[in-house]
Amino acid sequence: MLEEKAYQIRRLALEMITYGQVGHPGGSLSEAEILACLYFSVLRIDPEDPKWPDRDRFVMSKAHACPGQYAALALRGFYPLDEIYTYGVIDSRLQSHPDMKKTPGIEASGGSLGQGLSVAVGMAIGLQHFGRHKPAVYCMVGDGESNEGQIWEAAMFAAHYHLDNLIAITDYNKVQAKGYTHELMSLEPLADKWRAFGWEVQEVDGHDVVEILEALHVARHRHIRGKPSMIIAHTVKGKGVSWMELNSRWHTHAPLPDQADDALREISRRYGRPEEGYSRLGGDEIHRASSTADIEDAPA
Amino acid sequence: MAKQMREVFGEMLVGLGQENPDVFVLDADLCTSTMAHLFRDAFPRRFLQCGIAEQNMFGVAAGLAAAGAIPFPVTFAVFATKRACDQVSISIAYPKLNVKIPGSYPGLPTGKAGATHQSVEDLAIMRAMPHMMVVDPGDNEELRQVMSASIEYSGPVYFRVTRASTADIPWPKGYRFQWGKAITLREGSDVTLIGTGFMTGLCLLAADALVEKGVSARVDHHPCLKPLDRQAVEEAARVTGAIVTVENHSVLGGLGGAVAEVQTELCPVPQRRVGIRDRFVETGEIPELFDRYRMRVVDIIRAAEDVLRVKNERQ
Repeated sequence: MLEEKAYQIRRLALEMITYGQVGHPGGSLSEAEILACLYFSVLRIDPEDPKWPDRDRFVMSKAHACPGQYAALALRGFYPLDEIYTYGVIDSRLQSHPDMKKTPGIEASGGSLGQGLSVAVGMAIGLQHFGRHKPAVYCMVGDGESNEGQIWEAAMFAAHYHLDNLIAITDYNKVQAKGYTHELMSLEPLADKWRAFGWEVQEVDGHDVVEILEALHVARHRHIRGKPSMIIAHTVKGKGVSWMELNSRWHTHAPLPDQADDALREISRRYGRPEEGYSRLGGDEIHRASSTADIEDAPA
Repeated sequence: MAKQMREVFGEMLVGLGQENPDVFVLDADLCTSTMAHLFRDAFPRRFLQCGIAEQNMFGVAAGLAAAGAIPFPVTFAVFATKRACDQVSISIAYPKLNVKIPGSYPGLPTGKAGATHQSVEDLAIMRAMPHMMVVDPGDNEELRQVMSASIEYSGPVYFRVTRASTADIPWPKGYRFQWGKAITLREGSDVTLIGTGFMTGLCLLAADALVEKGVSARVDHHPCLKPLDRQAVEEAARVTGAIVTVENHSVLGGLGGAVAEVQTELCPVPQRRVGIRDRFVETGEIPELFDRYRMRVVDIIRAAEDVLRVKNERQ
């Protein structure tokens, strides 16, 4: 079932990126299984009540890969499925990077890398202070994003304050915007670094839902009390599309409709589903500019 | 001598913490300088030491606000606005989170800390940030009112906290700080001295001296640089026809910039700006620094005479 959700997340992410002609396909495809496990098994959230005070929080610190998250939120019922076709379009509730004021289910605004983990840390400590011990705070961090110093500031803080209600996941897809992480700015030994910062670390195959679920369960329920958790998910950037995999070109490049069609057909074949291409091919393939309302002319 | 504004700040934090259990204070290892240590001693469970890691501190403040707290991440103005500028902008201002940002040690009176600790451009940076309220309180009493008003307002606020002890401003009876509202402290007809922060006090002294020279100077205090009281600026321009802005900040982008932006649109008049002339500051005694950086009463008087020359030439 979770594999089915991951499959749908991959498809919808590519559909919205293609239609809106904007977005980050590589990082949206690598995180599909992680998002499926979070949104369809682990996260205690309620689409009817997005602000339920005792809900789990999930912060996408690698915020550029929000198409995956938007797909998961749509599938989970936070907004209608076809709203994904407003992604990248003016006046959309689905901004190019997450906007917590616009999108139901989004817990933090992001896009400038390195910031979301600190925000997740603030939520974790705030929830503990207000006596909310049921919710956990989950945060997805990128591998390229882990170049940012602020990530390590947050890491130090979380361990110092024993934030064991904080569970971070690194989508270690091995490629950042301009190349392989190990060539551009090496992170290794990554697991050792998080351990040295005082976190409880697990490593999983980021495309195996069983491994991911087990690690999330251990992090939440069976781990050593008093330490935040980091799950390093080994993934493949662009997973599912052979010509996108491990290819930094597809970090931030929207496929054209016929490319998307090819990609989606390949995904359906590789996942053993009936072959299905880009749903808007041959029709309204990409968004064209439409007339827009003026914004209020406030004195500045 | 009046208490240093930072002491009043520290005491006020404790008072707010007493009234409101959601108030948190965050520190980046500066609390005895910023006086946030008073809150630490009173409410240790709501005081978060973040270490010398300001970017994380502001992110944590954002997360706390999202979880329902009212956080005050306290550091020097230089670090709040420069070191953590992106974090303030994207994690706090963009989503309008309820974070109150004090900028301690603004401008010249920063002890002998020197250029890296003296904020020359914090008002310019915060003014340009959408969703941010920006305030430079005139004295200890106004600071207290600003801090209370900040708690009542839901959204991001930046306010300066001067390190030094400054003169009390002779507020009219019943004066209360209001967002986006200036106050005319002295009527006049030849020129308006527009001040913010404690520099308004120097404007009042300058206005007294200008009387001797036959000049009638109006003095307007604008504690709130954003939103700016546009109506008050227009009225000053219309009534007096000449403006001098006076601030403990660069002449670029702060009060001088804000006033120029508005008066040129609504009622263009000649203007001069008194402030730090686009330089980094340096170590020195406070009077020496005001001397060197031309921010004394005599410099305000000179600026007034200068702008009056331009005004009169035009007529």
